[in-house]
Amino acid sequence: MADKITREEVEHVARLARLEFSPAEVDALTGQMDTILAHVEQLNELDTEGVEPTSHAVTLENAFRPDAVTHSIGVDKALKNAPLHADGCFGVPKVIE
Amino acid sequence: MSDTLRDKYEVVIGLEVHVQLTTQTKIFCGCSTEYGSSPNSHTCPVCLGLPGALPVLNRQVVENAIKAGLATNCNIAPRSIFARKNYFYPDLPKGYQISQFELPICEHGYLDIETEGRGKQRIGITRIHMEEDAGKLLHSDEAGVGSLVDLNRACTPLLEVVSEPDMRSSDEAIAYLKQLHQIVRYLDICNGNLEEGSFRCDANVSVRPYGQKEFGTRAELKNINSFRFIKEGIEYEVERQIELIEDGDKVVQETRLFDSDSGTTRSMRGKEEAHDYRYFPDPDLVPLVIKDDWITQVRGTMPELPQEKMQRFISDFELPGSVAEVLTAERNFAEYFEACTRLHKDARTCANWVMGDIQRMLNESGIDIEQIPVTPQMLCGILERIADNTISGKIGKQVFDLMWESSKSADAIIEERGLKQVTDTGAIEAMVDEVIAANPAQAQEFREGKDKLQGFFVGQVMKASRGKANPAMVNELLCKKLRS
Repeated sequence: MADKITREEVEHVARLARLEFSPAEVDALTGQMDTILAHVEQLNELDTEGVEPTSHAVTLENAFRPDAVTHSIGVDKALKNAPLHADGCFGVPKVIE
Repeated sequence: MSDTLRDKYEVVIGLEVHVQLTTQTKIFCGCSTEYGSSPNSHTCPVCLGLPGALPVLNRQVVENAIKAGLATNCNIAPRSIFARKNYFYPDLPKGYQISQFELPICEHGYLDIETEGRGKQRIGITRIHMEEDAGKLLHSDEAGVGSLVDLNRACTPLLEVVSEPDMRSSDEAIAYLKQLHQIVRYLDICNGNLEEGSFRCDANVSVRPYGQKEFGTRAELKNINSFRFIKEGIEYEVERQIELIEDGDKVVQETRLFDSDSGTTRSMRGKEEAHDYRYFPDPDLVPLVIKDDWITQVRGTMPELPQEKMQRFISDFELPGSVAEVLTAERNFAEYFEACTRLHKDARTCANWVMGDIQRMLNESGIDIEQIPVTPQMLCGILERIADNTISGKIGKQVFDLMWESSKSADAIIEERGLKQVTDTGAIEAMVDEVIAANPAQAQEFREGKDKLQGFFVGQVMKASRGKANPAMVNELLCKKLRS
């Protein structure tokens, strides 16, 4: 029985990810995601009082590059993997605003 | 809409401005940001969003953000991080935009504006953060492949400047925007071109009955590319919302597009779910730590800002506020004027020429002051010759026009064209006598008390001398002769 996540939330996340599922798949995923969340939730047992929130696992900071132009790869290479292209541009399904 | 109805409601405006930075390269890769190149010629695995490519932050972008933050009275965060803003759109190859969410680089700033309505007001700046731009979608279907995507613009650096909802009229919104625009131009971090999208504004607009504490439901206006359209869009939106409320309807929170042809806004449907961006810290970019010495160093590279410059012009040169405002509107223009004041001691005369003839010729020829053919040295060459009575002010204008064409010095032009003022009393006297003799009727009227004719006689003598007679001497001699 799922109690960490609802069917509606799974459907919402699927829509955001542009994924389509049958009702049976949504049921299955809801159950699986619920288990995953329950597993991760074990972390809440730790006492994190006074520990700063961590955004990165490495301790590096300030990695910069100078503002100097380096070589671009060129339009031919850029478009090489594109299933559709025209006039030097990537072709995509028509976008209507 | 009647004024009484309109006056029942208070307008609340907050603005989000996207400032495109004028760095040589993109924010996370070394591709050029040059505008107008052939499609996808400035791309690499990073800005194409290819798997495994890693972004590295452009140091200049950080410095420009610090400058913008300092100039708008923000705190510069000692530690800030980048976040992924997740959404799908064909102009966004990675499926997320790298931006900042929690911990932006600048927070808690303000700008002071002044309008006729409410006088001086402080407009809060919530935050300024760095982010990458998206690519460009072309909707031409000539090639028959649907829409076309050019990723040259993808990954170019932007600053997003978010204000507090502190503005209460479209005039205040425009005053704030113009000041912010002027600041980024002074800092030389943005070219400020609204039409090309280098300075883009989204306006959050809502209304509420006066006295109500809670904000009304807001609409976000997008797609506005001139100051005039921003004002029109806000005005339209205010009336639309008041009418809705008066009719007993509700304002819907939504994004609306401004249509400059009709001056109206229309709803962008179906975007309500798109606002779930699921931000999270970008693990590919390490935290940004800014120590005080870096801030001090950046501060040292900043020019005098427009407001300070204006105040200094008022006090140092004893100029009226309105004049100082015009002179400081653009940094290069202000610096041109200042260069003149170092060469010619009468600052008011400098101001008059810079705002008058210089501005006129710039407008007529459609060039920027950077390309001006008349340098401050050359202009002051004219002013010096007027000051020492070598030429009259009127001849000075003539010299100026010739100078603009030829780029020759004032002295060379005066010499070449024989424009030197006639100050020889004998020569002027002869001309005065001639003019009086040629106009006996007017001379008689003048003697009988028609003082207005003094101007006529001065004009005739100046004409006879082709503008070269010293006007003061002409006046003096005329008086002497006609009154005797």
